[in-house]
Amino acid sequence: MKNIRELEAVATKIRKNIIEMSYLCKRAAHPGPALSCADIVAALYFRFMDVDSENPLKFDRDRFILSKGHASPVIYATLCEKGFFEKKEFNLLRHPGGILQGHPTFGSTPGVDMTTGSLGNGLGIGLGMAYYLKLKNQKSKVYVILGDGELNEGTVWEAIMYAPVKKLNNLIAFVDKNGFQSSGPCNDILPQRCFLEQFRSFGWDAIEIDGHNMNQIIDAIETANNSVDKPTVIIANTVKGKGVSFMENDNSWHQKILSEELYEKALSELSGV
Amino acid sequence: MGVVFDKISTRDAFGSALSELAREDENIMYLSADTINSVGGSLMHSEYPNRAINVGIAEQNMALMAAGMAASGAKVFIATYAVFASMRICEQVRTFIAYPNLDVKIVAGLGGLSGGIEGVTHQGTEDIAIMRAIPNMCVVAAADAASTKVITKAIAHYDGPVYLRLGRGPSPAVFDENYEFEFGRANVIRSYGNDVTFFSYGATINRCLQASEMLNKEGIYCRVIETPSLKPFDTEMVLKSVNETSLLVTVEDHNIIGGLGSAVAEALCGKNLTTPCLNIGLNDHYGVSGECEELLDYYGMSAESIVQKVKAKLK
Amino acid sequence: MADEITVKQAKDLAKEIRIKILQMLGNFGYGHLGGSMSIADLLGVLYSGIMNFDSSKPRWEGRDYFICSKGHAGPAVYGALTSVGFFPETELLKLNRLGTNLPSHCDRLRTIGVDMTTGSLGQGLSVAVGVALGIKMDELSNYCFVVIGDGESQEGQVWEALMFAGHNKLDKLILFIDNNGEQLDGKIFEVNKIDNYVERLKSFYWHAQLVDGHDANSIIDAIKTAKSVKDCPSAIILKTIKGKGSFAEGIFNHSLPVKVSDAENDIQNLLKKN
Repeated sequence: MKNIRELEAVATKIRKNIIEMSYLCKRAAHPGPALSCADIVAALYFRFMDVDSENPLKFDRDRFILSKGHASPVIYATLCEKGFFEKKEFNLLRHPGGILQGHPTFGSTPGVDMTTGSLGNGLGIGLGMAYYLKLKNQKSKVYVILGDGELNEGTVWEAIMYAPVKKLNNLIAFVDKNGFQSSGPCNDILPQRCFLEQFRSFGWDAIEIDGHNMNQIIDAIETANNSVDKPTVIIANTVKGKGVSFMENDNSWHQKILSEELYEKALSELSGV
Repeated sequence: MGVVFDKISTRDAFGSALSELAREDENIMYLSADTINSVGGSLMHSEYPNRAINVGIAEQNMALMAAGMAASGAKVFIATYAVFASMRICEQVRTFIAYPNLDVKIVAGLGGLSGGIEGVTHQGTEDIAIMRAIPNMCVVAAADAASTKVITKAIAHYDGPVYLRLGRGPSPAVFDENYEFEFGRANVIRSYGNDVTFFSYGATINRCLQASEMLNKEGIYCRVIETPSLKPFDTEMVLKSVNETSLLVTVEDHNIIGGLGSAVAEALCGKNLTTPCLNIGLNDHYGVSGECEELLDYYGMSAESIVQKVKAKLK
Repeated sequence: MADEITVKQAKDLAKEIRIKILQMLGNFGYGHLGGSMSIADLLGVLYSGIMNFDSSKPRWEGRDYFICSKGHAGPAVYGALTSVGFFPETELLKLNRLGTNLPSHCDRLRTIGVDMTTGSLGQGLSVAVGVALGIKMDELSNYCFVVIGDGESQEGQVWEALMFAGHNKLDKLILFIDNNGEQLDGKIFEVNKIDNYVERLKSFYWHAQLVDGHDANSIIDAIKTAKSVKDCPSAIILKTIKGKGSFAEGIFNHSLPVKVSDAENDIQNLLKKN
């Protein structure tokens, strides 16, 4: 089992992969939103989740849904590190003929558990998985990462409402609270200043953490995994573009192509970590 | 001629078939959005309360949960009313069920004008058009209780997304337990002669049968063909009928845009044929509150009205 | 405390509305009795003096808006509208008949006095939010009242609307939640339990109150309080009984057959009460 240092190193690798594929594909990907949840995804796949690159669809695996599907580079980066496919696929991200679609696509990419990209839908899907797996007496967990802007969507609230009714303690959600959505800061659009109170009032257990502190991430997931009869949400305060200085909190990196110069700069920053 | 109505509705016939299927296959799940009693789930729920569940008035969540369950190996039936099944959850059905080709059956009660007195908000008269346009989606409509049971079992044995349109109250009885269903196959119900071929499905089948009897008496000999499978569609049957009869008539409880009429027109497109085709249905407008049978008459789909239109076209 | 005359007027109107619901549904033989009866007292309050309207000018710009998002309670709305003169009582006998102006679910194009078509649940609050936003942007003094069902609040779109209204401080928006504890498939708590509306709404930046939905006095006071709250939309959760005041209290009554004899019996009972 990887320790904190090792997990932090993996997170850095994942960040490098994100930058590499965002540059190599020569098309506008979403590096900013991918970088903000890299630590969480690293912790999940390299410390907690039972998955098998030789058997991506094994029934008793844990499931992961990137509900904020535009951050697809983070799951692709992670699955590549786990051996689900080779790095050469990075060049074909967002190209016809590649296995890496712009948004995660079930059936296209080994290791991707569900199609996402249209915001607001991942938690309901995760809810369905969690319900069915529990019914079949599986120990699998279902992890879902949502964006904070994504919580504008009513479908998320339908799922938030129903999960505690069915006592789905095997469902663990993260809110990647990086403060931005596509058209600007969340606070300018539909600010959600009190996710904790909202989720708790709907019957969830709710924990707030620094989404880049590996200790806090591990502790929170362990607590969530041990929940007896409630779903858990982990509100992770994060920085959009975390790890690359010129991307941090710059919303233009929600979706943009990297120049060669900036690509080199980003990689060298990440190598210096 | 008197119409004999079924003793049970298509919704309840579905529910009965579903509960039999649920006993045979423990992977079958049923989800409803506050429609467990109104779209066939109560029998299964009484036996398997954890496998037939009500997610509340939250149709999109219902569709998404179904996707999640199907992705985990379940065979899922979701049930709501046609207008919500085809519109409220259209994106979830398209992107999360049909696109990944998941084994989810979308069961839609209150198809067409059968929403009746509830009015426009509950009348799904564009559903076939919408669902036909979704790749990977099969689109099926059942006419009565007997055929619903057969169709339900057939779609359960198919591994992939299916939209099944049902009605509301007991329908005019057309078929019996010997009914057969196959995806992509139309059923010839009556074959008196070569003057007119009627194509229809669901609530308007019996009206075509009545119209054909009336036309018979006037020396106009008709065929009546049921098209329960709107997609895949039996284009061969259409081409055969075009070659063998003088007029094709489609009759449907649906907008004439996008439904059966359009499916027939698509089959004929590019074939350079001269056989005329007459589409009868809702002429691109909304319904109103009223009893279903009354509304079908009101909107020009009584047997008498159909006969008049056919005779006018034949002149 | 609301004054006695206002309360009496509200109660009298509520009684009239209940009688008309029973007449309509008894005449047609079938209908959404439960959810109509549960909001009769609310409508009695709104249409007896709280809301500004002019029945001779249904689209008067100075009116307060009312949206019955739980559109299946159309009969209750029609009962109120006819009682205050929007259209003649003779229309009531045409409920749900072919060609009617009074369809099962509220229809803006068909019924004089109805501000929005509803019936597909979960959408009316969004409409009300749009209206309230317009009122705020134009700095008008109109109010927009909307009623949703408790089952209806399971629809995600309701929460989209709540989120927007809370953030945009739409203080001319007053939402009523008809908390009768039941929906089409049974009891709310068995389906998708919601028992803490006040807490949930506060977390969405709404002012929220919980009152007895059959007590005109309490409803009137709650509306007064709601109107005094600035920079915040207000919700008033009405604790109600589905089918209140009819034979159908306590049985499944979302939509059911209504015999003329049962309707007349109930009407007699209502007339006997103060």
